[in-house]
Amino acid sequence: MNKQISLAHSVGLGFLGLACFIGLWHGLATSGLVPAVFLPSPVDVYDRFSTLLERRFAGATLPGHLAASFQRFAYGFVLAALIGIPLGLLMGWYQVLDEIVSPLFDALRFVAPIAWVPFAALWFGTGIGGPIMIIFAGAFPPCVINAYRGAKFVDPRLIEAANMLGTPSHRVIREVLLPSSVPSIISGLRVSAGLGWQSLVGAELIVASAGVGYMMVQGQANVSTTTVMAGMVAIGLVGLALDSALRLIERIIQRRRGLDQ
Amino acid sequence: MGVIQFQDVGKIFGPKTSGFKALQDINLEIRDKEFVAIVGPSGCGKTTCLRMVAGLDNPTAGVVSVDGTPIKRPGPDRAVVFQQFALFPWKTVYDNIDVGLRNLNVARREREARIADILNLMNLTQYAGHFPHQLSGGMQQRVAIARAYVLDPDVLLMDEPFGALDAQTRVVMQEELVRLARKNPRTVLFITHAVEEAVYLADRVAIMPRAPGRIKEVRDIAAIRNAENWDSHEKIEDVMDLESFVHLRTHIWRSLREEKAAQHA
Repeated sequence: MNKQISLAHSVGLGFLGLACFIGLWHGLATSGLVPAVFLPSPVDVYDRFSTLLERRFAGATLPGHLAASFQRFAYGFVLAALIGIPLGLLMGWYQVLDEIVSPLFDALRFVAPIAWVPFAALWFGTGIGGPIMIIFAGAFPPCVINAYRGAKFVDPRLIEAANMLGTPSHRVIREVLLPSSVPSIISGLRVSAGLGWQSLVGAELIVASAGVGYMMVQGQANVSTTTVMAGMVAIGLVGLALDSALRLIERIIQRRRGLDQ
Repeated sequence: MGVIQFQDVGKIFGPKTSGFKALQDINLEIRDKEFVAIVGPSGCGKTTCLRMVAGLDNPTAGVVSVDGTPIKRPGPDRAVVFQQFALFPWKTVYDNIDVGLRNLNVARREREARIADILNLMNLTQYAGHFPHQLSGGMQQRVAIARAYVLDPDVLLMDEPFGALDAQTRVVMQEELVRLARKNPRTVLFITHAVEEAVYLADRVAIMPRAPGRIKEVRDIAAIRNAENWDSHEKIEDVMDLESFVHLRTHIWRSLREEKAAQHA
């Protein structure tokens, strides 16, 4: 390992990377090599972004679209966690369930969430149901996989201790597998939130009212590339905030369990 | 009651014909409330003996039984104290001790009373709300012993419980275990590689040289301990200085060494 890098240092380096990227982007966009509609400059995108914050486009302001998207995302993500984590733990404990579910699950998880779009629209409609299903399809696999891994890699000595104390299965799952899997589950939730949020644009292809993805699709239809890019920036920023929030929760839980040094 | 019986017990890890022969022809009976130590070098199979009584391993030959019933699975009637403590890191001391009692569906009031008693007995009362990682190794093993003792098990199985502790802490724990075992006798099967520890703690010592594990000899300690009144000495070092102690220790030590020498020749 390298020498420890201080927090201020690491934040500074992060900004440096961002500044280089924006600088390059700006240079390329203003060089005249590419037409502005192909590659809008950061300044144009920023202007568009600020405008969208206040003025409606495709039926809502950017915060309005974000709120609609976030609600869909939250439903899909929470649903994925509520079903995926228990399923993963159960698969880690009951060998038979593992054998039954694993092959099916391993095949299905390679199908990209966006491939479900036609069926999501057919089965659950274009209201709230369809988009939630697509986000669910993105967010579900990491929940299952990480809970499963967590349960599989529990210290076998703790399982032996639990068995020796006569602990019934349901209690072993809740009081040994679950707490021991918390770090793995949380990192699964981080990946899951990322993938769920990423699936948003696909999910909102079939939405007819509001959402960042919907806004971007409308922007594309109107050849407003700045709108599309403003949407990308918004998705990136919210994704970053989401990941930071989950990372903070992870750290708080670790500290409460005393596993942080 | 808590009579442990090994009848012609063998254990092979891996395939029956080509696997590793860990134990062979083990015959041993541990009487009710008797404290028996199995002493031997690492890898001799002594821990496997304990794990079979616990129900964590099954014999490939013969029968291991408690009170005449062959053992099928682990259970709180045979509480284990593991070398690496195996406390639940996310549970407090109190909650760790509570697990087994909850599994036995003991009423809340009685659980509280029994845990308070055992905490008091093990000098842990002020640490009830602590998490294991906040405690030293010695304290953690005290919690593990409390977790086993609180179940009032017929049989107590201790797998090198003091092996992970430093020498000073080990001595304190040995003295405490003697105190506990005299006050509240149980059938105890104690596994160790330390000859002194076995002689100091046990009523009988089974000597098990290197694999394939067989019990070479079972040495009676209790008769000599009582005749020489070891328990009148409060400190372990005073007992260890007694001629009768030194004599037994040397005998067991030689018995283990002779086997090794014979194998090397």
